[in-house]
Parts: sequence; C-alpha cells; structure tokens
Amino acid sequence: MVALAVVLVLLVIGSLYFHFASPWYFTPLASNWSTIDFTVDVTFWVCGIVFVAVNLFTAYCVWKFRARKGNKAHYEPESTKLEVALTVFTTIGVAAMLTPGLFVWAEFVNVPENAREFEAIGKQWHWGFRLPGEDNVFGASDVRHQSVDNPLGVDPEDARGQDDIIIARPILHLPVDQPYKALLRSTDVLHNFTVPQFRVKMDLVPGMVTYQWFTPTVPGTYEILCEELCGAGHFAMRGKVVVDEPAAYQTWLANQPTFAETQSEPVGDAAAGAANYAVCSACHGPQGEGNQTLNAPKLAGLDGWYIRRQLLNYQQQLRGTAMGDTFGPQMAPMSQVVAAPAVRENVIAYIETLPSTQPTPTVTGDAERGRALYQTCSVCHGESGAGRWGTNAPRLAGMNDWYLERQLQYFKDGVRGSHPDDIYGDQMGLVANVLVADSAIKDVVAYINTLR
Amino acid sequence: MAYVAIADRDHHLHDPQTFIEKYIWSQDHKVIAIQYGSVAIGVGLVALVLSLLMRLQIGFPDTFSFITPYNYYQFVTMHGMIMVIYLLTALFLGGFGNYLIPLMCGARDMVFPYMNMLSFWVYLVSVIVLLASFFVPGGPTGAGWTLYPPQTVLEGTPGSDWGIVLMLASLAIFIVAFTMGGLNYVTTVLQARCRGMTLMRMPLSVWGIFVATILGLLAFPALLVAAIMMLLDRLIGTSFFMPALMSLGDINGTEGGSPILFQHLFWFFGHPEVYIVALPAFGIVSDLLSTHARKNIFGYRMMVWAIVAIGALSFVVWAHHMYVSGMNPYFGFFFATTTLIIAIPTAIKVYNWVLTLWRGDIQINIPNLFAIGFIFTFVHGGLTGLFLGNVTVDLPLSDTYFVIGHFHMVMGVSPVMVLFGAIYHWFPKLTGKMPNELLGRIHFWMTFLGTYAIYLPMHYIGILGMPRRYYAYGTTDFIPESAHAVNEAITIAAIVVATAQVIFLINVFYSLRKGKTAPDNPWGATTLEWQTPQTPPVHGNWGPKLPVVYRWAYDYSVPGEAKDFIPQNEPPKGHSSLA
Repeated sequence: MVALAVVLVLLVIGSLYFHFASPWYFTPLASNWSTIDFTVDVTFWVCGIVFVAVNLFTAYCVWKFRARKGNKAHYEPESTKLEVALTVFTTIGVAAMLTPGLFVWAEFVNVPENAREFEAIGKQWHWGFRLPGEDNVFGASDVRHQSVDNPLGVDPEDARGQDDIIIARPILHLPVDQPYKALLRSTDVLHNFTVPQFRVKMDLVPGMVTYQWFTPTVPGTYEILCEELCGAGHFAMRGKVVVDEPAAYQTWLANQPTFAETQSEPVGDAAAGAANYAVCSACHGPQGEGNQTLNAPKLAGLDGWYIRRQLLNYQQQLRGTAMGDTFGPQMAPMSQVVAAPAVRENVIAYIETLPSTQPTPTVTGDAERGRALYQTCSVCHGESGAGRWGTNAPRLAGMNDWYLERQLQYFKDGVRGSHPDDIYGDQMGLVANVLVADSAIKDVVAYINTLR
Repeated sequence: MAYVAIADRDHHLHDPQTFIEKYIWSQDHKVIAIQYGSVAIGVGLVALVLSLLMRLQIGFPDTFSFITPYNYYQFVTMHGMIMVIYLLTALFLGGFGNYLIPLMCGARDMVFPYMNMLSFWVYLVSVIVLLASFFVPGGPTGAGWTLYPPQTVLEGTPGSDWGIVLMLASLAIFIVAFTMGGLNYVTTVLQARCRGMTLMRMPLSVWGIFVATILGLLAFPALLVAAIMMLLDRLIGTSFFMPALMSLGDINGTEGGSPILFQHLFWFFGHPEVYIVALPAFGIVSDLLSTHARKNIFGYRMMVWAIVAIGALSFVVWAHHMYVSGMNPYFGFFFATTTLIIAIPTAIKVYNWVLTLWRGDIQINIPNLFAIGFIFTFVHGGLTGLFLGNVTVDLPLSDTYFVIGHFHMVMGVSPVMVLFGAIYHWFPKLTGKMPNELLGRIHFWMTFLGTYAIYLPMHYIGILGMPRRYYAYGTTDFIPESAHAVNEAITIAAIVVATAQVIFLINVFYSLRKGKTAPDNPWGATTLEWQTPQTPPVHGNWGPKLPVVYRWAYDYSVPGEAKDFIPQNEPPKGHSSLA
C-alpha cells in the first residue's frame, strides 16, 4: 500500500507537470471568444484544486491507515456535519464554474446587431459558401435545385438570390474585426463547422439552418475542419478561412461571381470548339484518346466540370508548378491557349462530344487485391468508376491506366494537390495514402481497368 | 409439527439433474451469471482488438494497408457499441447483477428463473447477430456508435446496406434480453429479500445494480423506438429521421424527417446508459472499499440517496451531448445547469469513498488495489465531465480528443477497474479458488498506469483541437509534429494495456486449475454471499434454511468486538435466533 500511496502522489505531481509543461494546448485565439478561454481557465482551476486535494488525501489515507499488526479501523457510520459541509463546498465550486458558463453561453446565443452573415454549405465531403450580395438578403435555396451548375442549390426563380455571391470552392475570405453570423446548411448528412482558432463550433443539419457567430480578430489563414462524423471521407473534408485586412477582402470579394453571373456563363459551342481543339489534339490525339509516348492522357469520357477545373488549376498555377512534377509544366502554358472563357467552354463542349473507347491496358497488377483497395475509391468515384460531380470525383473507368498510376503516385508523394489553394487535390492526397504497399497503386489501377 | 415455508422445505425436486440442465439450459442465477460474464468478456476482447487496430492507424498512419478509412470507421463503431452495450451493460447487470442479487439479498434464485435463462440466450443471439455483420457484404456499420442519421443509412457510410440493419436488429434483440433480465432483477430485489433484509440494510452493490436496472428499463425503450424507426427508414423508405437531401449528387427522395429527433431519442437512452454502467460500479466499489479497509462505508444513507438522486437526475441531462448539434441553443442553459447539479451527489460519493479509507485498516490485496485505483480514475474522469457538461467549455472541446479522453476515463477505465476488482474479489466464491496474487498485481499496475498514459495526453491534444473520428490528419497547420509523436506513444501504451489483459486471462485460467482452495469467507466480509454453507454455493444457495438478517452490511471493526467483522446474519448478542 505504501507503493500505491507513492504512485498516487507521483501521478498528481506528474499530471500537474504535464499540464504546465505540455506543448499541446489551445491554439492562439483568433476571434473575440476570449471569454470561452476564461471559462475554461476557471474550470481548470476549480477542477485542478479538487483533483489535487482528493487524490493527495487518498494517498495520505492509503499510507497512514495501511494494515499493520494491532491496527483496528475506526467505527464511524456517518457524520452529518461533515457531509453537509462537503456538500456546501461542492455546490460553491459548481456554481463558480456554471455562472461564467451560462453568461458566456448567453453571449453565444445572442448574435450582435452589427453582425454580417455568410452561409456555409456542407456536403460529403466539401465546403461551399454564399454571401447575401448587395441587397444583404439571401435568396431561397433547396437541395432540389442543386446541380453541377448550381452546386449550392440557390432558387433560380428567387429575385433576392440573383446577387448572392457564390463561392463554390472551399476557401472563404472574411474581413478582420467584423462580427459574422455563420448560417450553416447541409445538403446531405450532419457536418460541423469548426475553426479551432475561433473556439466555437456548430453542427450542420440537413433540413434546417443552424448558426454560430464570431468576430475574426487576427488576419491569417485558418483551417476549417468538419467535426461531426459524415461518412467515409469525413477526415478529408477540409476548407479554409482567410481573414483579410478590409482592403484585401474587398479585392477578393470583387472577384467572386454573383449567382446570376454563374448562371450566365457562356455555353460552349462544340462546333466552334473543334477548331480550338486542334492545339490540344497534337498531344492528346484527334479523338482525345491520349498518347502515352507524349505523356498526354485521354480526355474523351471526362465530364466537362472536371476538365474545366483542371484547366483553371493549370491557368491559376495550382497545378503543374510543384517540385517533381515533370509533365505538369508542359501542360501549364498550353492551358493559357484556352484561357478565354468562351474558348475554354467551346473546347470543353467539343471534348464532351468525343467518343470514348476503352484503351489498351498497359499496367499489370493484381486486380483481385485492387478490388479490395478500390472500396475506398468507390465512395467518391462510384462503384463503376464513372465519377460523380456530387463528390467532385472524376471518371476513372476507361481512362489511361498509365496516367492513373502516375497521378496516384503524384498524389501520394505530394507532387499533385500540394498547392495550399488546391483543396480538392489535397483531399485526394490524404486519401491516396491508403495505398500503402508498393504494389498497391498497380493493383488498384489493374482493378480500375476491369471497370466498364 | 411446525409449519415450514415451501421455500424452506428440504427437498431437491427442483435441482437440475443432467449436465445440460446444470450448465447449458441452466436456470440457476449463478450459472447464468457466468454465462453472461463469459460471453460479455469474449465479445469485449473483440472490441479490445478493434481498439488496437484503430490505435495502430492513428499512431502510425500510412503504414498498414489493411486499415482503410472504410475499415477504420467500422472498427470505431463496433468498438464503441460492443464496449458500452455488449460488454459493460451485460457484464455489470447480466453478470454481476445475476450473481449478486439473489446471494446478497438472501434469496434462493431470481424470482423468474426461466425468464432469466431466456434473457441470457436472447442476449447471446444479439451478440451473434452483431458479430455476423462482420461477414455480410459491405461489412459492419461505420456510422459511429451514436448511429446518427442521415449518414447511417446513406451510401457514403460503410456498412449502410446490411451492417446497419444487423446492428439495429441486434440492439432490438439485446433490449428484449435486457428487459427480461431487468424485470427479474427489480422484482427479485423488491420481493425476494430474506427476513430482516430491509431496503436500508442492502449492500450498496445491490442498490447500485437495482437503480441501474430501473434506469435501463426506462431508458432502453427510447433506443428501441429509435432503432425501429431507423430500420423503417432504411428498409421501407420512411422519413422519420430523413429530411429532403441530396446524397452524393442524387436526390434521395426522403422528406420532412428530423435528424435531431433521433439524437434526442438516442441520448434519452444514451445518458442514463452512462449511469447504467456507473451505478453498479459505484455500488460494488463501495463494498470493496469497505470490506478491504475493514471499515463501514462512510455515510451509508447518503450513499443510497446519492445513487437514487443520480439515477433520477440522469434522465434530465441527456441533451448535454447535443450542445453543438443544432438543437435550439436555449436548451443549453437548462441542460448545463442540470448536468452540473448531478456533480454534487457524485462528488459526495467520492468523498465518502475516501472517508471510508480514513482511519481504516487498509488491506493489501488485488481487489483493493483496483478499488483505490478506481477512485483516482473516476475523480479524473468525473472532473473532466464538468468541462464538457458546462455548455460554454464544451464549445471548443466537443468532438475533439478531449471527449475521447474524458469518457474513456469515466465510463471505460473506471468501471473496468471496478469490474476487475469485483472479479478478483468474488473469484473465490465463484470458483472456490483464490486468484494468483502476483499475476493480479502485474495486471493492476499495467492497467492502471497504462490507461492513464493513454488518456491523459488525449485531453491535451483535444484542447489543441485535434478532432476525434479522423482516419488521418495529413498536414494540418495547427497540429505540430509532436502531437503525432504523442499519438505514437499512446498507441504503444494501448498495446501494453492490452497485453495486461492477456495476463488477466492467464490468471483466471491458471487459478481455476492450480489456484489455492478458497475458504468460505477469505476477505472476512459481512455480506450474505460469503455466508453460504458451500463454496461455491450450490443450487438453491442456502441449504435447507434461508438466512435471516439482523444488521446492515457494514459492521466492520465494531468497538468491543473481538472479530473485525460481523456477518449480516449473525444475531445480536443475547438474541435468540429467529430461524
């Protein structure tokens, strides 16, 4: 029992040491919620004192009253005085923690008058955002309006929604020192909007709008984490909040499209695109069938939204700039040839008309082992590998296997998806790490080769 | 000839005659207790292995090709559900409840022995159905043990085709089993106590199990309802919990349901469930501390009322699991207040355990090591509960590793410390053999220190902001390299703790075969189960005459007595025996 008493004392000392010496504690606060940190501090003090007192007293008893020859325990069934005193003491401690807790919660529940609003929309496993636009009112929205061209489901008939700012990428900018009420909306399952540096969080619940509020106080870039389990891709549901000085914020804002603008993007003309495609066909082939010798992947069969995103990634240097990327830099300047929106859309429209034929397999792997690995891929890319705009996942089936192999290696090595603004690529990078074994990439590609 | 009550007549008509009646289709509460306990521990070992697989992934990401995100979430879910329901609930109530209630109350058996037997077999079916989900297409559900819709039944979640159906079916079957057992425990406590065993003379073990069972009978129906409604959502396309939604790019077709409704139903069960596990632990540890400190439990009446008060309050705190769920935020005020109020009777219990040690004669043995270890782990887990229960403090900490650290300390490690203490304590009565002291001590130290090494750091990486239920963290700006290193250390500690459980099993089997023969009352305990005419007790427990109780369960070291304990059934001096 002496050993136990000593260990209890050491555990108390060790816990206190761990508390004060541990490098793992709150991230530096970047919002107005210092009152939350204060309440946590109060709780630590009250609980810490009780922890030390109870355990040291236990250790003392264990040592002092350990069984020894001739010892006899004291007989004392109860002591009303002592029990009442301890109850009162405990009640005071509890009140000391609860009081600030309730006051701060009242602050959290009541949004200040001068707060502006933004909407965060979660879906498996991506973030999108909406600002109310010039009229300061959000247009109606509904999941039934959602499509590849209207990813946030804004009601196209609602006049109030036309000026809403649509941010379809998971990166939101906010001006510093401006209180914001975040309206939270999910289109599928529960999610949770958390920026650890802001301290507050709230779930997104499909079928209703929830909220939280905060004032960002420190310029910088912060990660948004989903903290409510939302399916197999939960851990890869990432976004960013960039807190800007007002001027920088205005510059960013001016570049974001309104809903009306997103709906009036030029519609591609495939016939016109045929001429523009000539420059692409030099490498990718006249039918977009791809050319392994020139390291140009097959394009036929890809969805328009995916081609658009990659062209934009190349143009904005989110792709093709990383160390170790041998072939991306070749594509980057070519993407500028179709930089004009009308030209880009025409080319995309033309590529969508190209017939997709099954390429000859070039990669050999164990397709049976690949099938098991593909389970992870299928969550976003679909069982048949046809791709899904809903999860931002491109087609895999029927594409060049040598290209898939190279890209998987790039994702794993951080060559692709490493640009801080390429959040979709970053997501794939997280998931590609599932392919641990040396042969895993070849195996999974071999399985994809069997998909039709 | 004097009248002899039927229960007291000396005959063996009801004694089991064949091997099957004795050990398989047994209606003897002691056999059923062992059956319940063995299955619970067996399925608990599965959950232990699952936790190791999870820890391997968190400690060493990108290393094991067989742990995909898909599997990882399945491991998480099955680990949680098995530990909470199929191990802890089943072992405390089905195992210890069954063994202790009749023996401690001085009854021959449960009042409905046949139903008691059915309870075990139905429980076994629920376990088989649950484990079967590992072998269906898509595997078990990976929705998290809370099974929150809509994701639970949608394609993006592992096991959303068959795994979830089996999980819900298994829960429903478990609840049937629990109800049959639970009605039995409550009725037995109320109706079958021997002469003199007033409610306020019952050992706290029985009080804890009794109140926990009442909680279970009131709380499990909420889970049953939720499970049935979700099964309907999954199988025939109803929309109880499903609003209009678009899943992976396709309109789902459901409309008007409420995901938050499920959360209320789940936690209306889920919070009392915490106390369904905790109250038996509170009760049992009180008896262990009192017996091994050779001192009466301090403040017995207060202890009883604290159990009752905690049980009642546990029904009005459920939404503290939902502060950031999107429910009406004004609920936060109410539930934070009730939650912190529940700390008061709980704190009183802690004080009284420590005050039981004060001026005691504290024995050195394995059950006592575990009991005192429990005080430490429970104080830690209870105090961190005050963080999460206080709505404001919950904001930064909810859904982080702080929560994992907290609930594992308070309802993982603490009840398990009591379970081990209880197994070592009653092993002599259960088997007639003494457990091996050295192996027991190794088991205690590895478990006690190892679990603290696992869970203390988790609180801090939680405060840092590391979210729970992440398969991998990748490069996240605010998470330093050292946090990944601490995760490696935690995984190593987890492997050590798992190894300790192998030592425990070795001890059980070794002591069963080679252990020293146990005397009838090796610890010098006062309660009735130690006063049986045989060890282990035979069918009917008491031989021809039921015991008669003259005193409370805590007459240890009574002044002026030669012995340092007086059994409950020992008549006062000069008192002619009632029997």
